[in-house]
Amino acid sequence: MGMTMTEQILARHAGRFHVSPGDNIWVDVDILMTHDVCGPGTIQIFHKQFGKDARVWDREKVVVIPDHYIFTRDLHAHRNVDLLRQFVAEQQLPYFYDVGTPRYKGVCHIALPEEGHTRPGEVLFGTDSHTCTAGAFGEFATGIGNTDAALVLGIGKLWVKVPETMRFIFEGPLPPYLMAKDLILHIIGDIGVDGATYRAMEFAGDGVMSLSIEERMTLCNMVIEAGGKNGVIAPDAVTEAFVKSKTPKPYEIVVNGQGARFHSVRVYKTREIEPTVAKPHSPDNRDTAFRCRDISLDRAYIGSCTGGKITDFRAAARILKGKQVKVDTFVVPATTEVAKALATERLDGESLQQIFENAGAVIAQGASCAACLGGPSDTFGRLNKSEVCISTTNRNFPGRMGSKSAQVYLASPYTVAASAVTGKITDPRQFLA
Amino acid sequence: MKDRVRGLAYVLGHNIDTDQIIPAKHLVYSLADPEERKLYGVHALSGVPDHVAGLPRGYVRFVPEGQHVSPFRIIIAGKNFGCGSSREHAPAALQIAGIEAVVAESYARIFYRNAVNGGFLVPFETKEPVWEQIKTGDELEIDLPNLTLHSLTTGLVYPLQSLGDVLEIVKAGDVFAYARQSGLFQ
Repeated sequence: MGMTMTEQILARHAGRFHVSPGDNIWVDVDILMTHDVCGPGTIQIFHKQFGKDARVWDREKVVVIPDHYIFTRDLHAHRNVDLLRQFVAEQQLPYFYDVGTPRYKGVCHIALPEEGHTRPGEVLFGTDSHTCTAGAFGEFATGIGNTDAALVLGIGKLWVKVPETMRFIFEGPLPPYLMAKDLILHIIGDIGVDGATYRAMEFAGDGVMSLSIEERMTLCNMVIEAGGKNGVIAPDAVTEAFVKSKTPKPYEIVVNGQGARFHSVRVYKTREIEPTVAKPHSPDNRDTAFRCRDISLDRAYIGSCTGGKITDFRAAARILKGKQVKVDTFVVPATTEVAKALATERLDGESLQQIFENAGAVIAQGASCAACLGGPSDTFGRLNKSEVCISTTNRNFPGRMGSKSAQVYLASPYTVAASAVTGKITDPRQFLA
Repeated sequence: MKDRVRGLAYVLGHNIDTDQIIPAKHLVYSLADPEERKLYGVHALSGVPDHVAGLPRGYVRFVPEGQHVSPFRIIIAGKNFGCGSSREHAPAALQIAGIEAVVAESYARIFYRNAVNGGFLVPFETKEPVWEQIKTGDELEIDLPNLTLHSLTTGLVYPLQSLGDVLEIVKAGDVFAYARQSGLFQ
């Protein structure tokens, strides 16, 4: 019987002809990624369990990307980066994007594909819940904790329970005011924050395949917000063109087999979806931007692995061009590459950076996760009072962006930009022709 | 884990995410340093809004001011406990604060995995919304071999779901002990 993409990838990495949902198997790992918040704990466990002179199983398969608490005066945060540096030097790891060097990148989930570490058919684990973002490249990618990551560092394998796959099909191209963020918020509103627990979420249909690689990443990024184990999109010419431009390493295209069985299939007509928001305090507290139009805001935030890619800034710039924001608006490019593009890409003669500056938005000096998860108290964009914020980020549980009395609305870059201009939650159709 | 865990209950509702369990700004302390790691206990569950901290009434501090160990030993919760981040600091913070077991209707999978693989606490599940029947401060006893949760305060006994696939890891202590026992490495 045919297997789903996820089942096939896991079977191959476990050396088996066939696996079924529910099977517990040990899989070989292609990439293990860690960052400054979870790396130190992982390293400590690795040395405790394998010995102080232990060496990682394969230096080519470990990627270290500091990104969480970078632009802060917090000394403990600096210490975390130093611990990463020590480990990298000791293990002679080639893939380390160190702070304060030309190699520094920023947000790990955006840096991974930029640096050619995401490839179809592979197994990628990261010490961060949004590792599922890489499923957009047709691989199995999911987040793990320090103990699991330390085990992988030592033996290059991890035990995994094979998940069932839920299919989400979008029919029809996206109308010009919709983005992938609207689609995933729509799904999470339907199934709830535990609606995909232990399951793979596959996105398919011509609507999904019409998306750019970055928009596909946005879809897979928020799989964790529905409790999903991994997200996956079948690789196609778009995927291959991107991957080939970033890495010469070979990869394997895996698609659903004939007769593959799914847990469930949901079909959406893309044109029936409206600009969507997730209201406080849960990513599944869904409503439309239009119905929330009376809600006044104190802040708008455009950034993170979910909404800080160049595609997201192009969208925001389309709306902010020639306008002024009414609320404090924070712009945080996910990586140094995105930051460069903000300065060089132009929209009708103006660079995206100029558009944001002229609109009155503040742009972060450095690329990082910044206030998506609050962070140390001096973090750029952090909510330190009971403010109401609309954001392109991924979670809005109490205290997520700082103060536990703050309120966070999640939305697409179009919706966040439109709302920044009016000072209230605004359907972007008001500004898009 | 021991065969029996006895202690006071701390009750929470649904979707207690990792930012509520240990707010992100605290993820900078060393888990390896015996003194510094206590800070995780000091701030455990400090992200839970006051009015729902310690149901049914709320406004119950999980850890007394200035201390790192809680008087509560067992957390009782609703659905999707531990959702959000993959940070292992979450089950670790609860363990450092003295929690030995959580009894919830369901868990987010990364938290569940981390709790088991790291040997921080035992995550039990119940079919019924037991959190609606137990009050913060009730005295409870968990019997692992018999899979029961006994309220010494009310006399009621609730069945716990089998630990299934993870029982072997729980018995071994953590995933490293389990992997060594299974011969995966020395």
